[in-house]
Amino acid sequence: MSETDKKMIVDGKRLDGRMPDQLRPIEMEVKIIDRANGSAAVNFGGTHAVASVHGPRELFPRWMQESDTGILRCRYNMAPFSVDDRKSPGPDRRSVEISKVARLAMEPAIFLEDFPKATIDVFIEILQADGSTRVAGINAASLALADAGVPMRDLITACSVGKINGTLVVDLNGEEDNNSEADMAVAMLSTKKKITLLQMDGIVSKEEMMTLLKLAEKSCEKIYELQKQTLKEKYKRI
Amino acid sequence: MTEIKEIVLPGELIGEKKGRKVSRGAYFEGEKVFAAVLGIPRMDENEISVISLSGVYTPTIGDKVIGIIKAVEISGWTVDINSPYLAFLPLSEGVGEFVDTQRTDISKFFDANDVMFCKVSKVTKNKTVQVSMRSIGSRKLYGGITIKVTPTKIPRIIGKGGSMISLIKEKTGCEIIAGQNGIVWIRGEIKDKAIEAIMTIERESHTIGLTERIEKMMSEVV
Repeated sequence: MSETDKKMIVDGKRLDGRMPDQLRPIEMEVKIIDRANGSAAVNFGGTHAVASVHGPRELFPRWMQESDTGILRCRYNMAPFSVDDRKSPGPDRRSVEISKVARLAMEPAIFLEDFPKATIDVFIEILQADGSTRVAGINAASLALADAGVPMRDLITACSVGKINGTLVVDLNGEEDNNSEADMAVAMLSTKKKITLLQMDGIVSKEEMMTLLKLAEKSCEKIYELQKQTLKEKYKRI
Repeated sequence: MTEIKEIVLPGELIGEKKGRKVSRGAYFEGEKVFAAVLGIPRMDENEISVISLSGVYTPTIGDKVIGIIKAVEISGWTVDINSPYLAFLPLSEGVGEFVDTQRTDISKFFDANDVMFCKVSKVTKNKTVQVSMRSIGSRKLYGGITIKVTPTKIPRIIGKGGSMISLIKEKTGCEIIAGQNGIVWIRGEIKDKAIEAIMTIERESHTIGLTERIEKMMSEVV
């Protein structure tokens, strides 16, 4: 991605008035879909993601069953009305890829071996997209998995970091994403601090990369606190 | 205001192992024990576990469950036990007498959609489940309705020594059987009150003072 002429950072502040290391306002909610075993909605500013978890349940078609472990299936989908121009519905190259990386980001956290021959289905729907949709989706899916009572090693927390006008920033919005020199999605096991997803677009130096990772870790901690609070509040309420 | 028990999330540290057994809902790395599910931690001198507040039923040997017959096979029945795995009820475990499968249609014993109270007798490593009718209390359930609740809440519905369930049975005059797989079977005149009570227990199972509230609710039943 090339450097653009557009000034994205003015007086040390970003276009939406945030500091470089400031997250957008985050809202989280669990148990929003009755029919699912677990569900959650996560809003990162203008990005709205909904995730639902079905299962562990019997896996069909049968040939997909593994006799010694369960499998995780993940579907990331953007609603046609989620972006400015209409997105043609159905899976495309991008959503197939994100479905896969989201699955790979969550798999290390789940005790799939407890459910041989079964499946856990995760559906991530993006209702409104304004940058960092995959990390919002992964955060929602992690909450939904915990809500569904799926045994996990840890909650998964994700956040995006990037470089705009030579400044390292966190939680890129749509416009920043389009005009960035680099953007990176990071997902990690929250308390163990192990990275399960690392995708980068653009060019950064080694030092910048290390700083970005530190920034991502710090932001993930903040998001984890919110996830914790959301789940505990929900289950405390009568 | 009702008190609330402490809730832990997956990955949260719940204590030191200290030679104790780490069972359901928890896992350990070295000496540290972590929660694997969202629930309430339970620790004593022998065991550490976390009681999940949500989740599906996973069959364990000895569980008394309520199953619904899905299909009649040649020498047995497949039973839906509200878990990711279907159970099998062999003819020999279902019927006490000798049956000549060449001459008899075994659907006369159990047919599709029959509800039964049975016991999980075998679970293999890759979750092939077998149920049996050869245990005390196992029987076919006629009439009534079944409701599904979160399986982890069943112990709370039954209560200490069966106190909660017998309270509801006594006040509503319904026959109630709670299977450990989260299916509750109810038959009786005022079953709507019984259902309401069970749903309340499910919703508020992790709060303290629940028994009193249910007692109050049941005292309103005339």
